[in-house]
Amino acid sequence: MLFVDAITWIFSADSDIVQRLGEHLFFTLLAFAIAVLVAVPLGYLIGHTGKGREIAVALSGAARALPSFGLILLLVLLIGVLQIVPAVTLALVLLAVPSILAGAYSGLEAIDRRTLDAARAMGMTEWQVLTKVEIPLGLPLLISGMRAGALQIVATATLAAYVGLGGLGYPVLQGIAVRRYDETLGGALIVVLLAVVLDSIFGVLERVTVPRGVRLGRGIGERRRRPPAIATETANRLVQAG
Amino acid sequence: MSIEFRSVGKQFPDGTQAVGDFSLMIPSRTTTVLVGSSGCGKTTLLRMVNRMVDPTRGSVLIDGEDISHRDPVALRRSIGYVMQNSGLLPHRKVLDNVATVPRLNGMAKAEARERALTLLDTVGLDRELGDRYPSQLSGGQQQRVGVARALAADPNILLMDEPFGAVDPIVRAELQQELLRLRRELDKTVVFVTHDIDEAFLLGDQVVLLQRGGRIAQVGTPAEILANPTSDFVAEFVGADRGRRALRIERVGGADVVVDELGRPAGVLARSASQAEAGARTAPGAPAQGELAS
Ligand SMILES: Nc1ncnc2c1ncn2[C@@H]1O[C@H](COP(=O)(O)OP(=O)(O)OP(=O)(O)O)[C@@H](O)[C@H]1O
Ligand SMILES: [Mg+2]
Repeated sequence: MLFVDAITWIFSADSDIVQRLGEHLFFTLLAFAIAVLVAVPLGYLIGHTGKGREIAVALSGAARALPSFGLILLLVLLIGVLQIVPAVTLALVLLAVPSILAGAYSGLEAIDRRTLDAARAMGMTEWQVLTKVEIPLGLPLLISGMRAGALQIVATATLAAYVGLGGLGYPVLQGIAVRRYDETLGGALIVVLLAVVLDSIFGVLERVTVPRGVRLGRGIGERRRRPPAIATETANRLVQAG
Repeated sequence: MSIEFRSVGKQFPDGTQAVGDFSLMIPSRTTTVLVGSSGCGKTTLLRMVNRMVDPTRGSVLIDGEDISHRDPVALRRSIGYVMQNSGLLPHRKVLDNVATVPRLNGMAKAEARERALTLLDTVGLDRELGDRYPSQLSGGQQQRVGVARALAADPNILLMDEPFGAVDPIVRAELQQELLRLRRELDKTVVFVTHDIDEAFLLGDQVVLLQRGGRIAQVGTPAEILANPTSDFVAEFVGADRGRRALRIERVGGADVVVDELGRPAGVLARSASQAEAGARTAPGAPAQGELAS
């Protein structure tokens, strides 16, 4: 059975799966880190000032419409075979930037204007408004943008093998070429597994970054929800008592 | 600290003329109430004092100094501001909300929290609420927290924008009484905004009746405005045209009973014939009509 063969192959010595996984993770993390470094400050700038939003939306839309494989080939053609590593990394970065950018600025945009007005009225500087109010309140949406971006990178990094850079795409391509479909499936399975793991990690992050005060007040309008209030109170008492 | 508005006007970028030409002197350590119906420019005027709104003409002076030269951040930290909605930060506990301005001013965390706790006492909130988040409080509790936060840095000027808007009449009356007590204790220049004329007469040393575009219909003490409404608008707003607030005296069983326009007893006139006469003259100015009845 192919599925069993694939699993067997993964654990066999000639799969090189650890090395492939390492390569894959390297490209993913590198591209993700760069994308975050570019997109988050830019997204915060747009979200905080409210300026440049239209441009960001248009660029994001255009970037998302571009097929990822086409993007890689295009970059390879443009930059040339010698600088293939930066070319692939750049392609992956460009792929993830729109989601992260959108997460960053929509996180700030979703904040109640009156909350920001209050923060300024109390005498916060613009920097303090950003760091003490906007960033904490906008974090869940930013993480959700990062989640989408990271998944796109992980999936697309498979294509790095097409230009000879290895990664989990290598056994997939190799398997197709030599009709060893256990390799193809094995490689694909690991990519899927990686994606699922990353998705769960970000899923958890997304939930824990919702500030407690916001979580408690969710979906209950003006009224306070009894159980959590009582629960926190009880917890506080216990802490004080103990 | 005194506050002076010198022919200020505000036109918002979208062209709305919120305030036309407004001048007013607010003496130090008094309470001035801006009262008028929705959209007449009360909030706009109030926010000119802490530069949350910059006037498009004229100037605002604090102790004679034009505030347009002041750094807005420093100015705002020196002025207490209770917002129309409570304006609490949802991700911070009540205690941290109250401690915000002292913290911004560089006070150590422990000290600021200690101060915040005493302020919860001041506004009549249970200290245990300090560990809750704003979303876990009722509307009235949130407004009290808003007041505590405004008092936290011990500002000389307190701006209050319909601070008791979101609460029922009973809690509202309670909060008004607390504000009166606070005012005696704290000795601050208070600018208070409301659309409730009774609240204005209860709290204000000086009451400013506003019409659309921040036009002043009348300025004066509650008694002056009641005794002598200068226009039909004012008379209507304070209810004088409907005979409201026109108290009469009726003799019942040897006592002078003050009755309101519907003949309901509002209270008993306090002693001595000459005082009774004086009382009769100023009776229409009694803003505390609700208090006398019981
Ligand atoms: N940022 C703004 N941009 C444009 N117009 C504004 C802005 N803020 C207020 N206005 C307008 O200015 C006028 C006065 O508004 P303001 O908020 O001062 O009224 P208000 O007296 O406080 O009313 P309310 O009792 O409803 O709070 C209104 O017509 C309002 O629509
Ligand atoms: Mg208002």
